[in-house]
Amino acid sequence: MTGGAAEGLLRELAPQVLGAVVRRYGNFASAEDAVQEALLAAATQWPVEGEPDNPRSWLIRVASRRMVDQFRRDDARRTREDLAASWSRTPPDPPSERDDTLILMIMCCHPSLSPASAIPLALRAVGGLTTREIAAAFLVPEATMAQRISRAKVKASDEPFGLPEPDKRAERMRSVLHVLYLLFNEGYASSSGPDLSRTDLSGEAIRLARGVRAAVPEDPEVAGLLALMVLTDARRPARTRADGELVPLAEQERTRWDRGLISEGVALITEALRRGQVGEYQVQAAIAAVHDQAASYGDTDWPEILSLYGLLERMTGNPMVTLNKAVATAMVQGPGAGLALLDGLDERLGDHHRIHSVRAHLLEQAGDTDAAVAEFRDAARRTTNLREQHYLTTEAARLATERAHD
Amino acid sequence: MRFMLLQNYGEVGSGCLPMTEWAPGDIKAHIEFQQTLNQELTERGELVDAQGLAGPELARFVLSDGVTAPVITDGPFPESKELLAGYRLVDVETTERAIAIAAQASAAPGQNGVPIRQPIEVREVLSAPDPEM
Repeated sequence: MTGGAAEGLLRELAPQVLGAVVRRYGNFASAEDAVQEALLAAATQWPVEGEPDNPRSWLIRVASRRMVDQFRRDDARRTREDLAASWSRTPPDPPSERDDTLILMIMCCHPSLSPASAIPLALRAVGGLTTREIAAAFLVPEATMAQRISRAKVKASDEPFGLPEPDKRAERMRSVLHVLYLLFNEGYASSSGPDLSRTDLSGEAIRLARGVRAAVPEDPEVAGLLALMVLTDARRPARTRADGELVPLAEQERTRWDRGLISEGVALITEALRRGQVGEYQVQAAIAAVHDQAASYGDTDWPEILSLYGLLERMTGNPMVTLNKAVATAMVQGPGAGLALLDGLDERLGDHHRIHSVRAHLLEQAGDTDAAVAEFRDAARRTTNLREQHYLTTEAARLATERAHD
Repeated sequence: MRFMLLQNYGEVGSGCLPMTEWAPGDIKAHIEFQQTLNQELTERGELVDAQGLAGPELARFVLSDGVTAPVITDGPFPESKELLAGYRLVDVETTERAIAIAAQASAAPGQNGVPIRQPIEVREVLSAPDPEM
């Protein structure tokens, strides 16, 4: 077995093993530590001694042994009888492994946790990543990440292990989807960064979303989010140049897009929309699908994109959506109409760099080069993403040079 | 020995315009230089961290006595040229090596490819006491 395959298997088994151990011993925080230790043990022992016949039972056995050791260490008064009593808490009819992934995701996305805590916890407890890998992905020291995860665990384990009551389930699912969405974006925004050794967070988000979808295949928003992720990820090969700099959608070499991911995403979103319970992730996925199926930026079905953004705007009231709608408006009705839409946004979005960059592009389309240069510069000064800063600075320079030569 | 190599928004030795006013090719060359330098330092085992900071437009000053609500000031700041623009943290054998890296960084290509002569502040990071002391 190669290292990559072993790692894949361990990550896949992690939520199943954790589910089984928590169900047996009840203590989520300790069980999670024990499973992490078992995964690390497997990662060092299996390549040397060979993979056990039943990897899942092996991991559960090792994690359980760690649990018992820990109980003894933590509390000398705890007797074997107590431990035996805790075993009796095992539910007679354990739910499926797929349910465990969902239950654990819901726990990790506990409403009292901020995404900055929920994401690392989910990557460890559900994703099976090590603290070291997670710390490296977020560029923080391992000890800091270990603390963040253990504090998150305490907050997350204030409810019984199981699916929430039906009346709370929808709200908790919204948190799960939001956390997965942020995790994907974190990976997508940094994937062009100079840190090639960073764990592929977008890939992890997609993997976790697939796990959630397997547990609730009938939920159209879960399908919508997964579709949005794969349709966006499909463009990744064309999104950066060889030197790592960003390539905007309009200039991407579309032959480099991943056709397999596009087909998968289009199929997912088509099926989800057929269910007739449209949600915001489905609409975003539908927009991504229109882009991914267009032969070029100019050939894109902009009226369709404009109407989808209109729908999304009514659903969310999010000014960032209006900003994107302004781009589509400009493509359909001309830059003047797009610029007019931006006027009402300054107050709601503050001095966000995105409003400056969108305005810069529209002003350039409208032929107002001086104003466009100024807006590109404003945007460059306000972004917090290094690649974006390089891109915006270069755009300002390109336009200023063109103007000088006119 | 660890050193912080710091640069701010102040005047540069070459007196060239801010980067947004350069030709696109000059910007590209400058960025590539910085990336190559970081790569080199990584390969030599000397780079600990290198970061550029978001612009002064996003800077805030926070003042608090720990009791009442903190006083938060945001820009524009009259002294924004003194704000930190970015840094490299390097772990090197000697002070001379830190200075050599700073010199390399200072001579990054600027407008029209002319060395920018960016002033680099070289500051040694205080270390833990020597175990034999």
